[in-house]
Amino acid sequence: MAAIDLAKQLKDKFGDLISDPAEFRDEVTLKVADAERIAEVCDFAKKSLGFNMLVDLSSIDNYGEDPRWTLVYELYHMEQKAHLRLKTDVSEEKSELPTIVNVWRTANWHEREIYDMMGIRFRGHPDLRRILMWDGYPYFPLRKDFPLAGKPTELPEVAFTKPAPLEGGPFVTVPGGKDSLAREPRVRVPLTESVETVSRLERRLDVKPAHEPDQPQPNAAMPKS
Amino acid sequence: MAAEDAKLHAVGPGVAQQQSELEGEQMVLNMGPSHPATHGVLRLVLELDGEIITKAIPDVGYLHRGDEKIAENMTYTQFIPYTDRLDYLSPLANNVAYALAVEKLMGIDKALPPRCQYIRVICCELARISSHLLGVGCFGMDLGALTVFMHTFTEREKIYNLAESLTGARFTTSYTRIGGVSRDTPNGWIAAVGKFCDEVVTNFDESETLLTRNRIFVDRTRDVGIISKEDAIDYGLTGPNLRGSGVDYDVRKAKPYLIYDQLEFDVALGSVGDCYDRYLVRMEEMRQSVRIIRQCLKNIPGGANNEGNEPVRVNDGKVTLPAKDKVMSSMEELIHHFINVTQGVNAPVGEVYFGAENPKGELGFYINSRGGGTPYRMKIRGPSFCNLSILPHLVPGNMLSDVVSILGSLDFVMGECDR
Repeated sequence: MAAIDLAKQLKDKFGDLISDPAEFRDEVTLKVADAERIAEVCDFAKKSLGFNMLVDLSSIDNYGEDPRWTLVYELYHMEQKAHLRLKTDVSEEKSELPTIVNVWRTANWHEREIYDMMGIRFRGHPDLRRILMWDGYPYFPLRKDFPLAGKPTELPEVAFTKPAPLEGGPFVTVPGGKDSLAREPRVRVPLTESVETVSRLERRLDVKPAHEPDQPQPNAAMPKS
Repeated sequence: MAAEDAKLHAVGPGVAQQQSELEGEQMVLNMGPSHPATHGVLRLVLELDGEIITKAIPDVGYLHRGDEKIAENMTYTQFIPYTDRLDYLSPLANNVAYALAVEKLMGIDKALPPRCQYIRVICCELARISSHLLGVGCFGMDLGALTVFMHTFTEREKIYNLAESLTGARFTTSYTRIGGVSRDTPNGWIAAVGKFCDEVVTNFDESETLLTRNRIFVDRTRDVGIISKEDAIDYGLTGPNLRGSGVDYDVRKAKPYLIYDQLEFDVALGSVGDCYDRYLVRMEEMRQSVRIIRQCLKNIPGGANNEGNEPVRVNDGKVTLPAKDKVMSSMEELIHHFINVTQGVNAPVGEVYFGAENPKGELGFYINSRGGGTPYRMKIRGPSFCNLSILPHLVPGNMLSDVVSILGSLDFVMGECDR
């Protein structure tokens, strides 16, 4: 198969830097041992072997393992119709590797998206800034330690992410209630303890308020006017 | 410098703090996310020198919904409705592409029943016609030719009716399942598709009469937004945008999937790579899609109303849901049903990349699985994301009204760009 031959040529050129080709479901994957040399490998793949298209560039968060980041480069050779996958690892302390934007210009936006979602920096990128989230967004959402429900952030004068006014009652599960997280992992737990959320939580029948209420609450679910 | 920086800042957060040498009186124009000519929520920050554009900075992400993060928490079957909403103009094609990617991971993509493959091809090609009809219609509308829009949307309405009788929903179809399709074609559907094919070809001819040799249309699109072959490949363009520049890359021919290697069809190629070429490529692709559908209708296994009782799902209880009457009466099927619904199909450890020829380009799914029913990481390679990355290179040097031509000819959709 053309992809195996090209993979072997790549391995012959770089020796121990490239692992033996692994095959799974008719696809060839090569592991690049040192992420710092990825630009060199990609340059050779494009200029000498003829992989003219970078189809996709993804990142994986191996949360709990070291190295934490894995980058996956999908290359395609148009004339020989060969698909090759290159993988390389980056440790969390470093979180940085050279850019391949000088090899394929499509990497520009792909690397910006990886920086936006995972926080991996690309050295030499002409314009490394967020692409999907807004500039100044404080988190990296695709990391495994970022919760699915999201974290509240502020976009001053444009949007807010406080819980909605009626979120929590009268006919809806109280956010942050004791069983809501188990039932629905996507429920939003307000991190900031505003007055409204605390008093709404206190009004639930099984949560005793810290102090005795000065007047009886006729209907625990009705919000205070 | 402070005044010019303030001008860039005034456009809003998210604009890069570019150290631009603004000579003379260059104006920064915000073609904001809510704009009739940017198809969907695309924001373009344009720097203008009079009428000529000197810089174009696209700002995407207004439709970012976190699909890839959601995929890590869903079983493979639960994610199918999310794929509808990627390229929401051709949901059937997205469903097929995603199902094929998961089936490739499971290793059952060669074991799909033939009738299921034919139905999927018909769905993909109907989605292609639907998407290109909208692309051409909106392209014409943006340039002022409103009648084309009305014509093409009449035919799209028929496709929506076909989709509704097949899947239950006009728009968000969620039709395919891992290992097959959710239900067989209803009686008479194949005949209705055949009738639609005959009607839509007359509509193509009408739209072509309105646009192809229209003096104004040709003047506005000829030699505008020329993308060279090398640029197109380098920027990762796929689909009609790539073929409009003359590059012969169609996933259905290069890496055939389903039954495309048994079907006869031609691939339309442009020569110059301008907006006019991309429009012509789309028109011709629609005609080729009709040709493909007609071949499928003639040769579909089991006959038009499945008199031959061909299955439309893989017959493996660990992958697809067993028949409901068996589930209610037999223990093994009950267990399969339970495991399938609660835990999902058990995917092997490994990773695959599968790209399908979607109407907008190559929609790719990279699935990295560590076993179990949910993927560890799913990356969606949206063709519109890569198609839009060429804008900062393509737009400068053109006039403001050419931007509308270029955006219309690139025919992107923000759903799959932002995911």
